Amino acid sequence: MGLLDARISNRNVLVTSVDNVMNWARLSSLWPMGFGLACCAIEMMATNASNYDLERFGIFPRSSPRQSDLMIVAGTVTMKMAERVVTLYEQMPEPRYVLSMGSCSNCGGPYWNHGYHVLKGVDRVIPVDVYVPGCPPRPEALIGGLMKIQELVRMEGLGVTRQEALKKLAEKSADPQQVIEQTRKATA
Amino acid sequence: MDNGMEEAGNIMPAAVQESKAAYDIIKERFGSAVSEFDANPTMPFFEVVDTSKWVDIALFMRDDSRLKFNYMACLSGVDYPEQNQLGIVCNLESIGHHTHRIAVKVKCQRDGGSIPSVSCVWHTANWHEREAYDMYGMTFDGHPDHRRILCPEDWTGYPLRKDYQVQETYHGIKVPY
Repeated sequence: MGLLDARISNRNVLVTSVDNVMNWARLSSLWPMGFGLACCAIEMMATNASNYDLERFGIFPRSSPRQSDLMIVAGTVTMKMAERVVTLYEQMPEPRYVLSMGSCSNCGGPYWNHGYHVLKGVDRVIPVDVYVPGCPPRPEALIGGLMKIQELVRMEGLGVTRQEALKKLAEKSADPQQVIEQTRKATA
Repeated sequence: MDNGMEEAGNIMPAAVQESKAAYDIIKERFGSAVSEFDANPTMPFFEVVDTSKWVDIALFMRDDSRLKFNYMACLSGVDYPEQNQLGIVCNLESIGHHTHRIAVKVKCQRDGGSIPSVSCVWHTANWHEREAYDMYGMTFDGHPDHRRILCPEDWTGYPLRKDYQVQETYHGIKVPY
């Protein structure tokens, strides 16, 4: 469904919609904000580094929220940090995306009951587009989450709200169990 | 422990005996201001009964040539809800002079209690006392920078007290799960 799947004529002319070109450009250069909060940040850094090399997806961290498209909330969000996270989110230019990485930022994680200082899910203060489960998630899982963000970008277009795009994305999603079984059968 | 001291004296580990020797010097100087010696094999300790003498005792422990407790390894807070008290435990060592070490306990009332600050004696105590205040709520008289250190400044309650209940909201954000 990507832009490069569109037909290219023998004169190197590509006919497609503006939405398609815009979305291709945006999803091919998702710049996350370079900040980490806890151990998930270590996995995020590992994903950025040479072994997993996020730069092959055009993803590389920026030092300022004003240059970022994406916020990866990697780690435990404390009550003290929650307000700073909101400030950083507000400083990001639209369209902006939020990926919640790991159990802590998804729902409080191991601090859900006795962690008086921990925000029980970053979605209590900012809207989250994609949740990546894990404690911490492996780099593969983070890359999976980032590719979900790319899919979300693909669903967007002129006159399509974020809510509609998220709904379309949810409709497109497949039950992973079926996919796993199909793949197993195919390889067997 | 206290009355078992005499017969336990022979089987006290060497480290505890060193602590006892240091304690005897302090006891000789301050008398009834300090409690009896507790030969706890993990960390021998005594308690400061007259808390107004705590800074004097601390200075004596740091500066006396026989003691030279020049290093505060840790300062922890403790909640004693049964006695309606809060307290601190200071682990003291002597680096480069002696091999002895000892813990000192100081207690105060649970509500509105205060303990003299020893941050002028050991600078380590500065942040440690702030943390004890942050988590338990006792105040430290004479502390140069008496603020919370970990929780936000406008946080309600003292999280490590046994009866602590977390607040419902903080700046409009729901706190409990």
